[in-house]
Amino acid sequence: MAEPALQPTPGRRFAVRRIPGFATIAAVSFVLLYAPIATLVAYAFNAGDSIALWEGFSLRWFAVAWGNELVQEATVRSLVVAASASAVATAVATMAALGTTRTAPFPGGMLIYALINQPLMVPEIVTAVALLIVFAMVKIATGYSGLGYLIAAHAAFCVPFAYLPIRARLEGMDLSYETAAADLYATPWQTFRRITLPLMSPGIVAGSMLAFVISLDDVVITEFVKSAGQDTLPTYMLGQLRRAVTPEVNAISTALLAVTVLLLSAFFVLNRQRR
Amino acid sequence: MAGAPAPGRSGEAAARAARIRRNWLLAAPALLLLLLAASGPLLVVVVYSVLEPAEYSGVVWELSGEGWFRVLFHRDIFDETVGLADAHLTIFWRSASISLLTTIITLLLGFPTAYFIATRPPRQRTLWLFLVTIPFWTNLLIRTFAIMEVVRNQGILNSWAMAAGIIETPIQILYTDTAVLIGMVYVYLPLMVLPLYAAMERLDFRLVEAAYDLYASRWRVLTRVIVPLVKPGIVAGSILVFIPSLGAYVTPRVLGGGKNMMISNLIELQFGEGRNWPLGAALSMTLLAFVMLALLFYVRNMSRLERRG
Repeated sequence: MAEPALQPTPGRRFAVRRIPGFATIAAVSFVLLYAPIATLVAYAFNAGDSIALWEGFSLRWFAVAWGNELVQEATVRSLVVAASASAVATAVATMAALGTTRTAPFPGGMLIYALINQPLMVPEIVTAVALLIVFAMVKIATGYSGLGYLIAAHAAFCVPFAYLPIRARLEGMDLSYETAAADLYATPWQTFRRITLPLMSPGIVAGSMLAFVISLDDVVITEFVKSAGQDTLPTYMLGQLRRAVTPEVNAISTALLAVTVLLLSAFFVLNRQRR
Repeated sequence: MAGAPAPGRSGEAAARAARIRRNWLLAAPALLLLLLAASGPLLVVVVYSVLEPAEYSGVVWELSGEGWFRVLFHRDIFDETVGLADAHLTIFWRSASISLLTTIITLLLGFPTAYFIATRPPRQRTLWLFLVTIPFWTNLLIRTFAIMEVVRNQGILNSWAMAAGIIETPIQILYTDTAVLIGMVYVYLPLMVLPLYAAMERLDFRLVEAAYDLYASRWRVLTRVIVPLVKPGIVAGSILVFIPSLGAYVTPRVLGGGKNMMISNLIELQFGEGRNWPLGAALSMTLLAFVMLALLFYVRNMSRLERRG
Protein backbone atom coordinates (compact mmCIF):
# COMPACT_ATOMS: atom_id res chain seq x y z
CA MET A 1 0.00 0.00 0.00
CA ALA A 2 1.26 3.48 -0.79
CA GLU A 3 2.24 5.79 2.00
CA PRO A 4 -0.46 8.44 2.46
CA ALA A 5 0.58 11.68 0.88
CA LEU A 6 1.27 14.41 3.40
CA GLN A 7 0.31 17.64 1.72
CA PRO A 8 0.89 20.26 4.45
CA THR A 9 4.55 19.69 5.29
CA PRO A 10 6.52 18.25 2.37
CA GLY A 11 9.85 16.76 3.19
CA ARG A 12 8.73 15.71 6.61
CA ARG A 13 9.58 12.11 7.46
CA PHE A 14 7.11 11.34 10.18
CA ALA A 15 3.73 10.26 8.75
CA VAL A 16 1.20 11.78 11.13
CA ARG A 17 -1.73 9.92 9.63
CA ARG A 18 -0.16 6.50 9.53
CA ILE A 19 -1.03 3.93 12.17
CA PRO A 20 0.98 0.71 11.79
CA GLY A 21 -1.12 -2.32 10.99
CA PHE A 22 -4.22 -0.42 9.94
CA ALA A 23 -3.50 -0.74 6.23
CA THR A 24 -3.05 -4.50 6.68
CA ILE A 25 -6.38 -4.85 8.49
CA ALA A 26 -8.01 -2.71 5.78
CA ALA A 27 -6.58 -5.07 3.16
CA VAL A 28 -7.97 -8.03 5.10
CA SER A 29 -11.40 -6.34 5.20
CA PHE A 30 -11.46 -5.75 1.47
CA VAL A 31 -10.37 -9.32 0.73
CA LEU A 32 -13.05 -10.53 3.15
CA LEU A 33 -15.67 -8.38 1.41
CA TYR A 34 -14.81 -9.50 -2.09
CA ALA A 35 -13.45 -13.05 -1.91
CA PRO A 36 -16.84 -14.72 -1.26
CA ILE A 37 -18.58 -12.70 -3.98
CA ALA A 38 -15.73 -13.41 -6.39
CA THR A 39 -16.02 -17.15 -5.69
CA LEU A 40 -19.76 -17.02 -6.18
CA VAL A 41 -19.40 -15.25 -9.52
CA ALA A 42 -16.57 -17.55 -10.65
CA TYR A 43 -18.59 -20.72 -10.08
CA ALA A 44 -21.51 -19.28 -12.01
CA PHE A 45 -19.27 -19.92 -15.04
CA ASN A 46 -18.43 -23.49 -14.03
CA ALA A 47 -19.00 -26.13 -16.67
CA GLY A 48 -19.62 -28.87 -14.10
CA ASP A 49 -22.52 -29.47 -11.73
CA SER A 50 -20.62 -28.50 -8.62
CA ILE A 51 -20.19 -25.22 -6.79
CA ALA A 52 -16.89 -26.45 -5.35
CA LEU A 53 -15.14 -28.35 -8.13
CA TRP A 54 -13.96 -26.29 -11.11
CA GLU A 55 -14.48 -28.11 -14.41
CA GLY A 56 -13.83 -25.39 -16.94
CA PHE A 57 -15.48 -22.24 -18.22
CA SER A 58 -19.00 -22.32 -19.61
CA LEU A 59 -22.12 -20.19 -19.85
CA ARG A 60 -24.19 -23.31 -19.39
CA TRP A 61 -25.80 -22.30 -16.10
CA PHE A 62 -26.84 -18.91 -17.39
CA ALA A 63 -28.62 -20.72 -20.21
CA VAL A 64 -30.22 -23.11 -17.70
CA ALA A 65 -31.42 -20.23 -15.53
CA TRP A 66 -32.62 -18.29 -18.57
CA GLY A 67 -34.62 -21.30 -19.77
CA ASN A 68 -36.11 -22.07 -16.35
CA GLU A 69 -39.75 -21.07 -16.45
CA LEU A 70 -39.93 -20.54 -12.69
CA VAL A 71 -36.95 -18.20 -12.84
CA GLN A 72 -38.50 -16.28 -15.72
CA GLU A 73 -41.77 -15.83 -13.85
CA ALA A 74 -40.01 -14.84 -10.64
CA THR A 75 -37.86 -12.33 -12.52
CA VAL A 76 -40.85 -10.71 -14.20
CA ARG A 77 -42.70 -10.64 -10.87
CA SER A 78 -39.71 -9.10 -9.09
CA LEU A 79 -39.43 -6.39 -11.73
CA VAL A 80 -43.18 -5.66 -11.75
CA VAL A 81 -43.29 -5.40 -7.96
CA ALA A 82 -40.11 -3.32 -7.75
CA ALA A 83 -41.20 -0.93 -10.52
CA SER A 84 -44.72 -0.44 -9.11
CA ALA A 85 -43.57 -0.14 -5.51
CA SER A 86 -40.83 2.28 -6.46
CA ALA A 87 -43.26 4.40 -8.49
CA VAL A 88 -45.82 4.56 -5.66
CA ALA A 89 -43.18 5.17 -2.98
CA THR A 90 -41.49 7.90 -5.01
CA ALA A 91 -44.77 9.68 -5.75
CA VAL A 92 -45.92 9.81 -2.13
CA ALA A 93 -42.39 10.53 -0.88
CA THR A 94 -42.03 13.48 -3.27
CA MET A 95 -45.25 15.01 -1.97
CA ALA A 96 -44.26 14.33 1.63
CA ALA A 97 -40.84 15.90 1.05
CA LEU A 98 -42.49 19.02 -0.40
CA GLY A 99 -44.71 19.19 2.67
CA THR A 100 -41.98 18.73 5.25
CA THR A 101 -39.01 20.72 3.94
CA ARG A 102 -38.48 24.45 3.50
CA THR A 103 -41.24 25.17 5.97
CA ALA A 104 -41.13 26.52 9.51
CA PRO A 105 -41.64 23.85 12.21
CA PHE A 106 -45.34 23.03 12.36
CA PRO A 107 -47.54 20.97 14.68
CA GLY A 108 -47.08 17.29 13.93
CA GLY A 109 -44.04 17.84 11.74
CA MET A 110 -41.87 15.62 13.89
CA LEU A 111 -44.60 12.98 13.99
CA ILE A 112 -44.76 12.89 10.18
CA TYR A 113 -40.98 12.57 10.02
CA ALA A 114 -40.99 9.74 12.58
CA LEU A 115 -43.78 7.86 10.78
CA ILE A 116 -42.06 8.13 7.41
CA ASN A 117 -38.82 6.75 8.86
CA GLN A 118 -40.53 4.09 10.93
CA PRO A 119 -39.76 1.23 8.48
CA LEU A 120 -36.04 1.91 9.04
CA MET A 121 -36.35 1.28 12.77
CA VAL A 122 -38.68 -1.70 13.07
CA PRO A 123 -37.03 -5.11 12.43
CA GLU A 124 -38.19 -6.54 9.13
CA ILE A 125 -39.44 -9.74 10.71
CA VAL A 126 -41.84 -7.77 12.94
CA THR A 127 -43.30 -5.87 9.99
CA ALA A 128 -43.48 -9.14 8.04
CA VAL A 129 -45.44 -10.88 10.79
CA ALA A 130 -47.73 -7.86 11.19
CA LEU A 131 -48.48 -7.82 7.45
CA LEU A 132 -49.04 -11.57 7.43
CA ILE A 133 -51.75 -11.17 10.07
CA VAL A 134 -53.43 -8.12 8.53
CA PHE A 135 -53.30 -9.28 4.92
CA ALA A 136 -54.63 -12.70 5.93
CA MET A 137 -57.72 -10.92 7.30
CA VAL A 138 -58.04 -8.71 4.22
CA LYS A 139 -57.66 -11.72 1.91
CA ILE A 140 -60.52 -13.52 3.64
CA ALA A 141 -62.68 -10.40 3.69
CA THR A 142 -62.16 -9.40 0.04
CA GLY A 143 -61.16 -12.63 -1.69
CA TYR A 144 -58.44 -10.74 -3.56
CA SER A 145 -55.05 -12.46 -3.49
CA GLY A 146 -53.11 -10.76 -6.29
CA LEU A 147 -49.81 -8.93 -6.39
CA GLY A 148 -51.39 -5.86 -4.76
CA TYR A 149 -50.39 -6.95 -1.27
CA LEU A 150 -46.74 -7.35 -2.23
CA ILE A 151 -46.72 -4.00 -4.03
CA ALA A 152 -48.36 -2.21 -1.08
CA ALA A 153 -45.95 -3.80 1.42
CA HIS A 154 -42.91 -3.00 -0.72
CA ALA A 155 -44.09 0.54 -1.43
CA ALA A 156 -44.50 1.18 2.30
CA PHE A 157 -41.02 0.09 3.36
CA CYS A 158 -39.49 1.88 0.35
CA VAL A 159 -40.99 5.26 1.35
CA PRO A 160 -38.08 6.35 3.60
CA PHE A 161 -35.52 5.31 0.98
CA ALA A 162 -37.27 7.44 -1.64
CA TYR A 163 -37.97 10.27 0.81
CA LEU A 164 -34.49 10.87 2.22
CA PRO A 165 -32.65 11.69 -1.07
CA ILE A 166 -35.55 13.90 -2.25
CA ARG A 167 -35.60 15.73 1.06
CA ALA A 168 -31.82 16.19 0.95
CA ARG A 169 -32.09 17.61 -2.56
CA LEU A 170 -34.88 20.01 -1.62
CA GLU A 171 -33.01 21.26 1.43
CA GLY A 172 -29.95 22.04 -0.64
CA MET A 173 -31.94 23.90 -3.31
CA ASP A 174 -31.59 27.61 -3.91
CA LEU A 175 -34.87 29.43 -3.22
CA SER A 176 -34.03 32.40 -5.42
CA TYR A 177 -35.18 30.81 -8.71
CA GLU A 178 -38.62 30.22 -7.31
CA THR A 179 -38.76 33.72 -5.82
CA ALA A 180 -37.73 35.10 -9.21
CA ALA A 181 -40.45 33.08 -10.97
CA ALA A 182 -43.04 34.41 -8.55
CA ASP A 183 -41.75 37.95 -9.10
CA LEU A 184 -42.28 37.43 -12.81
CA TYR A 185 -45.96 36.65 -12.21
CA ALA A 186 -45.75 32.87 -12.55
CA THR A 187 -48.65 31.12 -10.85
CA PRO A 188 -47.69 28.76 -7.99
CA TRP A 189 -48.40 25.80 -10.27
CA GLN A 190 -46.25 27.21 -13.08
CA THR A 191 -43.44 27.84 -10.61
CA PHE A 192 -43.69 24.29 -9.36
CA ARG A 193 -43.94 22.73 -12.81
CA ARG A 194 -41.22 24.78 -14.48
CA ILE A 195 -38.79 25.52 -11.65
CA THR A 196 -39.19 23.36 -8.54
CA LEU A 197 -39.83 20.02 -10.21
CA PRO A 198 -36.92 20.19 -12.69
CA LEU A 199 -34.58 21.35 -9.92
CA MET A 200 -35.56 18.52 -7.59
CA SER A 201 -35.59 15.83 -10.28
CA PRO A 202 -32.09 14.44 -9.51
CA GLY A 203 -33.33 13.74 -5.98
CA ILE A 204 -36.45 12.06 -7.35
CA VAL A 205 -34.40 9.89 -9.74
CA ALA A 206 -32.00 8.93 -6.95
CA GLY A 207 -34.86 8.17 -4.56
CA SER A 208 -36.73 6.02 -7.05
CA MET A 209 -33.58 4.08 -7.88
CA LEU A 210 -32.88 3.38 -4.22
CA ALA A 211 -36.47 2.29 -3.70
CA PHE A 212 -36.22 0.01 -6.75
CA VAL A 213 -33.06 -1.70 -5.48
CA ILE A 214 -34.45 -2.04 -1.94
CA SER A 215 -37.64 -3.64 -3.27
CA LEU A 216 -35.72 -5.94 -5.61
CA ASP A 217 -33.57 -7.16 -2.69
CA ASP A 218 -36.29 -7.83 -0.18
CA VAL A 219 -36.58 -11.35 1.18
CA VAL A 220 -38.19 -11.32 4.61
CA ILE A 221 -41.35 -9.29 4.04
CA THR A 222 -41.93 -10.90 0.64
CA GLU A 223 -41.57 -14.37 2.15
CA PHE A 224 -44.38 -13.65 4.62
CA VAL A 225 -46.69 -11.59 2.40
CA LYS A 226 -46.62 -13.57 -0.86
CA SER A 227 -49.47 -15.92 -1.68
CA ALA A 228 -48.76 -19.35 -3.07
CA GLY A 229 -47.01 -19.15 -6.46
CA GLN A 230 -45.95 -15.53 -5.97
CA ASP A 231 -42.23 -16.09 -5.59
CA THR A 232 -39.96 -13.18 -6.40
CA LEU A 233 -36.40 -13.88 -7.46
CA PRO A 234 -34.97 -13.69 -3.90
CA THR A 235 -37.64 -15.91 -2.34
CA TYR A 236 -37.25 -18.36 -5.22
CA MET A 237 -33.52 -18.51 -4.49
CA LEU A 238 -34.16 -18.95 -0.77
CA GLY A 239 -36.40 -21.91 -1.58
CA GLN A 240 -33.73 -23.40 -3.84
CA LEU A 241 -31.11 -23.30 -1.09
CA ARG A 242 -32.95 -26.07 0.75
CA ARG A 243 -32.36 -28.42 -2.15
CA ALA A 244 -29.13 -29.55 -3.72
CA VAL A 245 -27.41 -26.43 -4.89
CA THR A 246 -26.19 -26.20 -8.48
CA PRO A 247 -24.36 -23.29 -10.12
CA GLU A 248 -27.77 -22.15 -11.43
CA VAL A 249 -28.26 -20.17 -8.22
CA ASN A 250 -24.79 -18.68 -8.76
CA ALA A 251 -25.78 -17.65 -12.27
CA ILE A 252 -28.98 -15.94 -11.04
CA SER A 253 -27.01 -14.23 -8.25
CA THR A 254 -24.41 -13.03 -10.72
CA ALA A 255 -27.07 -11.55 -12.98
CA LEU A 256 -28.74 -9.78 -10.03
CA LEU A 257 -25.35 -8.57 -8.86
CA ALA A 258 -24.66 -7.11 -12.29
CA VAL A 259 -27.97 -5.20 -12.21
CA THR A 260 -27.16 -3.82 -8.73
CA VAL A 261 -23.66 -2.71 -9.72
CA LEU A 262 -24.98 -1.04 -12.88
CA LEU A 263 -27.72 0.85 -11.02
CA LEU A 264 -25.29 1.82 -8.29
CA SER A 265 -22.70 3.11 -10.75
CA ALA A 266 -25.40 5.17 -12.46
CA PHE A 267 -26.43 6.51 -9.05
CA PHE A 268 -22.85 7.54 -8.26
CA VAL A 269 -22.36 9.19 -11.65
CA LEU A 270 -25.64 11.11 -11.23
CA ASN A 271 -24.55 12.22 -7.78
CA ARG A 272 -21.17 13.38 -9.01
CA GLN A 273 -22.56 15.39 -11.91
CA ARG A 274 -24.82 17.23 -9.52
CA ARG A 275 -21.95 18.66 -7.52
CA MET B 1 -53.79 23.63 17.01
CA ALA B 2 -55.47 27.01 17.42
CA GLY B 3 -59.22 27.21 16.95
CA ALA B 4 -60.81 30.32 15.48
CA PRO B 5 -58.12 32.89 14.71
CA ALA B 6 -58.14 35.94 16.93
CA PRO B 7 -59.50 39.09 15.21
CA GLY B 8 -56.83 41.54 14.15
CA ARG B 9 -54.09 38.99 13.63
CA SER B 10 -56.46 36.87 11.58
CA GLY B 11 -54.58 37.28 8.29
CA GLU B 12 -51.35 35.96 9.70
CA ALA B 13 -53.05 33.17 11.64
CA ALA B 14 -55.06 32.13 8.59
CA ALA B 15 -51.90 31.99 6.49
CA ARG B 16 -50.25 29.85 9.14
CA ALA B 17 -53.25 27.53 9.34
CA ALA B 18 -53.29 27.23 5.53
CA ARG B 19 -49.60 26.37 5.51
CA ILE B 20 -50.06 23.68 8.16
CA ARG B 21 -53.01 22.26 6.23
CA ARG B 22 -50.97 22.24 3.00
CA ASN B 23 -48.08 20.41 4.71
CA TRP B 24 -50.34 17.76 6.19
CA LEU B 25 -52.21 17.30 2.89
CA LEU B 26 -48.93 16.78 1.03
CA ALA B 27 -47.76 14.23 3.58
CA ALA B 28 -51.16 12.49 3.75
CA PRO B 29 -50.70 9.91 0.93
CA ALA B 30 -47.37 8.74 2.38
CA LEU B 31 -48.84 8.55 5.87
CA LEU B 32 -51.87 6.64 4.61
CA LEU B 33 -49.67 4.09 2.85
CA LEU B 34 -47.50 3.65 5.93
CA LEU B 35 -50.48 3.35 8.25
CA LEU B 36 -52.02 0.69 6.01
CA ALA B 37 -48.93 -1.39 5.31
CA ALA B 38 -46.38 -0.65 8.04
CA SER B 39 -47.33 1.13 11.26
CA GLY B 40 -50.99 0.15 11.53
CA PRO B 41 -50.39 -3.61 11.30
CA LEU B 42 -47.95 -3.30 14.21
CA LEU B 43 -50.88 -2.39 16.45
CA VAL B 44 -52.69 -5.52 15.30
CA VAL B 45 -49.68 -7.55 16.43
CA VAL B 46 -50.02 -6.02 19.90
CA VAL B 47 -53.67 -7.13 19.98
CA TYR B 48 -52.83 -10.62 18.74
CA SER B 49 -50.24 -11.08 21.47
CA VAL B 50 -52.96 -11.06 24.14
CA LEU B 51 -55.37 -13.45 22.42
CA GLU B 52 -55.91 -17.20 22.70
CA PRO B 53 -54.14 -19.32 20.03
CA ALA B 54 -56.46 -21.21 17.69
CA GLU B 55 -55.82 -24.91 17.26
CA TYR B 56 -54.14 -24.86 13.86
CA SER B 57 -53.26 -21.27 13.12
CA GLY B 58 -54.64 -17.84 13.80
CA VAL B 59 -56.35 -16.81 17.01
CA VAL B 60 -59.51 -17.18 19.04
CA TRP B 61 -60.86 -13.77 20.02
CA GLU B 62 -60.51 -14.28 23.77
CA LEU B 63 -58.19 -12.38 26.04
CA SER B 64 -55.24 -14.43 27.29
CA GLY B 65 -51.84 -13.80 28.82
CA GLU B 66 -50.57 -17.14 27.58
CA GLY B 67 -48.68 -15.68 24.61
CA TRP B 68 -46.58 -13.39 26.78
CA PHE B 69 -46.26 -16.04 29.51
CA ARG B 70 -44.77 -18.47 27.02
CA VAL B 71 -42.06 -16.04 25.93
CA LEU B 72 -40.08 -16.94 29.06
CA PHE B 73 -41.92 -19.83 30.68
CA HIS B 74 -42.94 -23.29 29.74
CA ARG B 75 -45.95 -25.23 31.00
CA ASP B 76 -45.75 -28.99 31.02
CA ILE B 77 -48.51 -30.60 28.93
CA PHE B 78 -49.15 -33.38 31.41
CA ASP B 79 -48.81 -32.08 34.95
CA GLU B 80 -49.09 -28.33 34.30
CA THR B 81 -45.84 -27.58 36.14
CA VAL B 82 -44.27 -24.28 35.21
CA GLY B 83 -40.63 -23.95 34.31
CA LEU B 84 -38.38 -21.59 32.38
CA ALA B 85 -38.58 -22.07 28.62
CA ASP B 86 -34.98 -23.22 28.15
CA ALA B 87 -35.24 -23.42 24.37
CA HIS B 88 -36.31 -19.78 24.21
CA LEU B 89 -33.63 -18.64 26.64
CA THR B 90 -30.99 -20.40 24.55
CA ILE B 91 -32.23 -18.60 21.45
CA PHE B 92 -32.33 -15.20 23.20
CA TRP B 93 -28.80 -15.78 24.49
CA ARG B 94 -27.59 -16.82 21.03
CA SER B 95 -29.20 -13.74 19.45
CA ALA B 96 -27.67 -11.40 22.02
CA SER B 97 -24.19 -12.94 22.00
CA ILE B 98 -23.95 -13.31 18.22
CA SER B 99 -25.16 -9.72 17.74
CA LEU B 100 -22.67 -8.42 20.30
CA LEU B 101 -19.78 -10.43 18.83
CA THR B 102 -20.74 -9.28 15.34
CA THR B 103 -20.65 -5.67 16.53
CA ILE B 104 -17.25 -6.09 18.20
CA ILE B 105 -15.62 -7.93 15.29
CA THR B 106 -16.98 -5.53 12.66
CA LEU B 107 -15.72 -2.64 14.81
CA LEU B 108 -12.23 -4.18 15.07
CA LEU B 109 -12.14 -4.70 11.30
CA GLY B 110 -14.11 -1.62 10.32
CA PHE B 111 -12.25 0.98 12.37
CA PRO B 112 -8.87 0.47 10.66
CA THR B 113 -10.60 0.11 7.29
CA ALA B 114 -12.49 3.38 7.67
CA TYR B 115 -9.31 5.06 8.93
CA PHE B 116 -7.40 3.73 5.95
CA ILE B 117 -10.00 5.15 3.53
CA ALA B 118 -10.18 8.49 5.34
CA THR B 119 -6.41 8.95 5.11
CA ARG B 120 -6.23 8.34 1.34
CA PRO B 121 -5.92 11.38 -0.95
CA PRO B 122 -9.44 12.78 -1.55
CA ARG B 123 -9.71 11.53 -5.14
CA GLN B 124 -8.91 7.93 -4.13
CA ARG B 125 -11.39 7.98 -1.25
CA THR B 126 -14.42 7.91 -3.52
CA LEU B 127 -13.16 4.74 -5.18
CA TRP B 128 -12.45 2.94 -1.88
CA LEU B 129 -15.80 4.05 -0.56
CA PHE B 130 -17.48 2.75 -3.69
CA LEU B 131 -15.79 -0.60 -3.04
CA VAL B 132 -17.42 -0.70 0.41
CA THR B 133 -20.76 0.41 -0.99
CA ILE B 134 -21.08 -2.35 -3.60
CA PRO B 135 -21.30 -5.21 -1.07
CA PHE B 136 -23.57 -3.00 1.04
CA TRP B 137 -26.14 -2.77 -1.76
CA THR B 138 -25.72 -6.34 -2.93
CA ASN B 139 -28.65 -8.55 -2.08
CA LEU B 140 -28.30 -9.90 1.46
CA LEU B 141 -29.33 -13.34 0.29
CA ILE B 142 -26.61 -13.39 -2.37
CA ARG B 143 -23.98 -12.41 0.19
CA THR B 144 -25.17 -15.04 2.64
CA PHE B 145 -25.15 -17.57 -0.14
CA ALA B 146 -21.57 -16.58 -1.03
CA ILE B 147 -20.48 -17.20 2.58
CA MET B 148 -22.31 -20.52 2.54
CA GLU B 149 -20.18 -21.63 -0.40
CA VAL B 150 -17.03 -20.52 1.40
CA VAL B 151 -17.64 -22.36 4.68
CA ARG B 152 -19.27 -25.57 3.45
CA ASN B 153 -17.38 -28.84 3.82
CA GLN B 154 -16.34 -28.87 0.16
CA GLY B 155 -15.97 -25.08 0.16
CA ILE B 156 -12.80 -23.09 -0.45
CA LEU B 157 -12.01 -22.61 3.26
CA ASN B 158 -11.90 -26.33 3.96
CA SER B 159 -10.27 -27.31 0.66
CA TRP B 160 -7.52 -24.73 1.09
CA ALA B 161 -6.89 -25.70 4.69
CA MET B 162 -6.73 -29.35 3.62
CA ALA B 163 -4.44 -28.59 0.68
CA ALA B 164 -2.18 -26.63 3.00
CA GLY B 165 -2.07 -29.58 5.37
CA ILE B 166 -3.57 -27.69 8.32
CA ILE B 167 -6.44 -30.14 8.67
CA GLU B 168 -6.97 -33.65 7.35
CA THR B 169 -10.72 -33.86 7.19
CA PRO B 170 -13.10 -30.96 6.56
CA ILE B 171 -14.29 -29.13 9.67
CA GLN B 172 -18.04 -28.79 9.92
CA ILE B 173 -18.58 -25.02 9.97
CA LEU B 174 -21.82 -24.70 8.00
CA TYR B 175 -24.92 -25.03 10.19
CA THR B 176 -23.07 -23.98 13.36
CA ASP B 177 -23.10 -20.76 15.38
CA THR B 178 -19.65 -20.01 13.95
CA ALA B 179 -21.06 -20.03 10.43
CA VAL B 180 -23.83 -17.64 11.50
CA LEU B 181 -21.26 -15.34 13.14
CA ILE B 182 -18.98 -15.36 10.08
CA GLY B 183 -21.96 -14.62 7.87
CA MET B 184 -23.19 -11.77 10.07
CA VAL B 185 -19.73 -10.15 10.23
CA TYR B 186 -19.48 -10.40 6.46
CA VAL B 187 -22.97 -9.07 5.83
CA TYR B 188 -22.83 -6.15 8.28
CA LEU B 189 -19.19 -4.99 7.90
CA PRO B 190 -20.10 -2.23 5.37
CA LEU B 191 -22.71 -0.90 7.82
CA MET B 192 -19.89 -0.36 10.32
CA VAL B 193 -17.39 1.15 7.89
CA LEU B 194 -19.69 3.78 6.36
CA PRO B 195 -20.61 5.78 9.53
CA LEU B 196 -17.06 5.39 10.88
CA TYR B 197 -15.73 6.83 7.66
CA ALA B 198 -18.19 9.73 7.83
CA ALA B 199 -16.84 10.60 11.28
CA MET B 200 -13.18 10.14 10.34
CA GLU B 201 -13.43 12.21 7.18
CA ARG B 202 -14.08 15.24 9.38
CA LEU B 203 -11.22 14.40 11.75
CA ASP B 204 -8.91 17.38 12.20
CA PHE B 205 -5.43 15.91 11.80
CA ARG B 206 -3.85 19.04 13.26
CA LEU B 207 -4.99 17.73 16.63
CA VAL B 208 -3.22 14.44 15.93
CA GLU B 209 -0.11 16.36 14.93
CA ALA B 210 -0.31 18.44 18.11
CA ALA B 211 -0.47 15.28 20.19
CA TYR B 212 2.65 13.91 18.51
CA ASP B 213 4.40 17.24 19.04
CA LEU B 214 3.63 16.82 22.73
CA TYR B 215 5.44 13.47 22.69
CA ALA B 216 2.37 11.23 22.73
CA SER B 217 3.01 7.68 21.56
CA ARG B 218 1.07 6.25 18.62
CA TRP B 219 -1.09 4.20 20.97
CA ARG B 220 -1.88 7.21 23.12
CA VAL B 221 -2.75 9.30 20.08
CA LEU B 222 -5.09 6.57 18.92
CA THR B 223 -6.83 6.03 22.26
CA ARG B 224 -6.76 9.58 23.62
CA VAL B 225 -7.20 11.70 20.49
CA ILE B 226 -8.58 9.78 17.51
CA VAL B 227 -11.04 7.45 19.25
CA PRO B 228 -12.69 10.20 21.36
CA LEU B 229 -12.99 12.46 18.31
CA VAL B 230 -14.70 9.83 16.16
CA LYS B 231 -16.82 8.43 19.01
CA PRO B 232 -20.13 9.48 17.36
CA GLY B 233 -19.13 7.35 14.37
CA ILE B 234 -18.28 4.40 16.62
CA VAL B 235 -21.63 4.62 18.39
CA ALA B 236 -23.56 5.05 15.13
CA GLY B 237 -21.76 2.14 13.45
CA SER B 238 -22.24 -0.15 16.46
CA ILE B 239 -25.97 0.60 16.62
CA LEU B 240 -26.35 0.21 12.86
CA VAL B 241 -24.78 -3.24 13.11
CA PHE B 242 -26.28 -4.37 16.42
CA ILE B 243 -29.93 -3.60 15.60
CA PRO B 244 -30.20 -5.50 12.32
CA SER B 245 -28.10 -8.32 13.80
CA LEU B 246 -30.62 -8.74 16.59
CA GLY B 247 -33.45 -9.05 14.06
CA ALA B 248 -31.46 -11.04 11.47
CA TYR B 249 -33.54 -13.66 9.70
CA VAL B 250 -31.94 -14.70 6.40
CA THR B 251 -28.37 -15.24 7.62
CA PRO B 252 -29.20 -17.52 10.60
CA ARG B 253 -31.78 -19.36 8.51
CA VAL B 254 -29.38 -20.14 5.66
CA LEU B 255 -26.15 -20.62 7.63
CA GLY B 256 -27.62 -21.95 10.90
CA GLY B 257 -29.57 -24.58 9.03
CA GLY B 258 -32.77 -24.58 11.07
CA LYS B 259 -31.39 -25.61 14.43
CA ASN B 260 -29.18 -22.62 15.24
CA MET B 261 -32.11 -20.24 15.42
CA MET B 262 -32.13 -16.59 16.37
CA ILE B 263 -35.17 -14.61 17.59
CA SER B 264 -36.51 -13.94 14.07
CA ASN B 265 -36.45 -17.64 13.20
CA LEU B 266 -38.23 -18.46 16.45
CA ILE B 267 -40.91 -15.91 15.55
CA GLU B 268 -41.32 -17.44 12.09
CA LEU B 269 -41.64 -20.89 13.66
CA GLN B 270 -44.66 -19.75 15.70
CA PHE B 271 -46.42 -18.63 12.54
CA GLY B 272 -45.50 -21.84 10.73
CA GLU B 273 -45.05 -25.22 12.33
CA GLY B 274 -45.37 -23.90 15.90
CA ARG B 275 -48.91 -22.70 15.17
CA ASN B 276 -48.92 -20.30 18.07
CA TRP B 277 -49.66 -16.87 16.68
CA PRO B 278 -50.07 -15.09 20.05
CA LEU B 279 -46.66 -16.36 21.18
CA GLY B 280 -45.18 -15.26 17.84
CA ALA B 281 -46.81 -11.83 18.27
CA ALA B 282 -45.48 -11.52 21.84
CA LEU B 283 -41.99 -12.52 20.68
CA SER B 284 -42.18 -9.91 17.90
CA MET B 285 -43.07 -7.24 20.43
CA THR B 286 -40.21 -8.40 22.67
CA LEU B 287 -37.76 -8.05 19.78
CA LEU B 288 -39.19 -4.64 18.91
CA ALA B 289 -38.83 -3.53 22.54
CA PHE B 290 -35.14 -4.50 22.57
CA VAL B 291 -34.55 -2.65 19.32
CA MET B 292 -36.29 0.44 20.69
CA LEU B 293 -34.14 0.24 23.85
CA ALA B 294 -31.00 0.12 21.71
CA LEU B 295 -32.23 3.13 19.72
CA LEU B 296 -33.03 5.03 22.91
CA PHE B 297 -29.54 4.30 24.20
CA TYR B 298 -28.18 5.63 20.91
CA VAL B 299 -30.23 8.84 20.96
CA ARG B 300 -29.27 9.57 24.59
CA ASN B 301 -25.62 8.87 23.90
CA MET B 302 -25.66 11.10 20.85
CA SER B 303 -27.28 14.04 22.59
CA ARG B 304 -24.77 13.70 25.43
CA LEU B 305 -21.87 13.64 22.96
CA GLU B 306 -23.28 16.66 21.18
CA ARG B 307 -23.66 18.63 24.39
CA ARG B 308 -20.11 17.87 25.34
CA GLY B 309 -18.64 18.54 21.91
